[in-house]
Amino acid sequence: MLKVEKLVVRYGAVTAVRELSLEVGQGELVALLGPNGAGKSSTINALTGLVTPASGRIVLDGKDISHVRTEDRIRAGLTSTPEGRHIFSNLSVGENLRLGAATRRDPAGVRQDIERFLALFPVLSERYGQAAGTLSGGEQQMLAIARSLMSRPKLLLLDEPSLGLAPKIVVRIFDFIGELKAQGLTLLVVEQNARQALRFADRVYVVSAGTLRYDGPPARFADEHDLFNLYIGG
Amino acid sequence: MDYALQQLLNALAFGAEYSLVALGLAVVFSIMGLVNFAHGEIIGVSAYSVFLAAALGLTSPFVAVLLAVGIAALAAVVFERVAFRPVRYAPTTTGLLTAFGVSIVVQNLFMLLISPKPQSVSILNGLNQMWFFGPFAVSSLQVMELIVSGLTILALVLFLNRSTLGLAIRAASRDFATVRLMGIKANRVIATAFAISGALAGIAAVFILARRGSVSPDLGFGLVLKAFVACVIGGFGSLPGAAVGGMLLGFIEVGLLVALPQEYAGFRDALTYAIIVALLVYRPEGLLGQRIELGDKEI
Repeated sequence: MLKVEKLVVRYGAVTAVRELSLEVGQGELVALLGPNGAGKSSTINALTGLVTPASGRIVLDGKDISHVRTEDRIRAGLTSTPEGRHIFSNLSVGENLRLGAATRRDPAGVRQDIERFLALFPVLSERYGQAAGTLSGGEQQMLAIARSLMSRPKLLLLDEPSLGLAPKIVVRIFDFIGELKAQGLTLLVVEQNARQALRFADRVYVVSAGTLRYDGPPARFADEHDLFNLYIGG
Repeated sequence: MDYALQQLLNALAFGAEYSLVALGLAVVFSIMGLVNFAHGEIIGVSAYSVFLAAALGLTSPFVAVLLAVGIAALAAVVFERVAFRPVRYAPTTTGLLTAFGVSIVVQNLFMLLISPKPQSVSILNGLNQMWFFGPFAVSSLQVMELIVSGLTILALVLFLNRSTLGLAIRAASRDFATVRLMGIKANRVIATAFAISGALAGIAAVFILARRGSVSPDLGFGLVLKAFVACVIGGFGSLPGAAVGGMLLGFIEVGLLVALPQEYAGFRDALTYAIIVALLVYRPEGLLGQRIELGDKEI
């Protein structure tokens, strides 16, 4: 579904991503692991188009989207839940969800989806009219993922969904991510928290200093303790 | 009683006008971080378009009002497309200088193409009459200014709270990148904000024309400085702040006009700004401004 070839991202003189290539197949959950500053978020932002890569190709469903604007990539079925959640804190929970569906033209379907997420996350229902900035970190993460899903994406990029959350909440978030995979969504999950990411991953990539260091199934990855320790730290 | 009522109406009418122009500045600033000092020239373009239409034989004040508002919205969108879009991702000072550049170029175009001298425009004079309610005489223009400004603000609030594009404008005021992640076109959000800003300027232009009955190249510039001050009082970038700041500025000005003895009238502006400085010492972020929260990593 998604194919990235020799992606290079530079910020001035600093190269954040060096010739990174990866692939995500239909219905797969692929984990992209690596330490802080490895170039994971830069990769995600290049995929959504918020950052312009210096070189490389991004192909979605056989179409080269390397030079397509962010807005049009979202319309093509790709979306991301950014690192740090980035919910619209001055808008209400409901307004956040409505904006998530901005590309859709079926009001009835949008309303149904909103109700589905409110049933799934009762706390969002309780806080529906409140400013989203008043939610707790875990609730904001759920809202952020639900908001991304409102556009009915084919491929969801999740950037550090566990960031800054309590361990119990992280487990719940990943349970939900597992459900999304079971429903057939294709996911690319960027994480520092390898244990959680590996629970549902079909394949694993490990990046460090902008370069790919591992590519393979999670089982083999867990066996290779050296790698595990080197990049994940235990 | 009559005098007090008259002055209250004065304050409300001035305040409403400042609010409209300040809201126009704030809508653009809130999403782009651009202080559009060319906003006054949007008022100017709008006023000159009415002048030209009248010179070409237009007689209907109703059409003149529609023309003023429509041309102003269009002018704002054109300014954005031609001048501000190329510098959208440049540092904010670049945008500020661009705005001053646009302002100077457009004012000089008015001077070269039309005249440096004020030109008479009488088509909207009919809006400015005296209405008598029993013993009270009030200016129809001031009453209209108040009602139209109120309705305009109401319409703006409804738009910002109900429509997807309105929600996007509010969201973009905090986090533009994430708005784009929703699949909303950045250019569309910005063009809409400019069109709203222009329409507000056009409404203000109608009132200015009806009151002054003439148009000159520097028509809007002084008003935009006032509106800028109103935005600072209310908290820059805050839309409720702009409306409240504009109203407050109107009240301070008219209040001082009433309170100051004739021989001290020259101190009015100095006192106005002294009050504003005192206000800002007390609340540096403005009345309704918010301190910017630092936290999440920027994308």
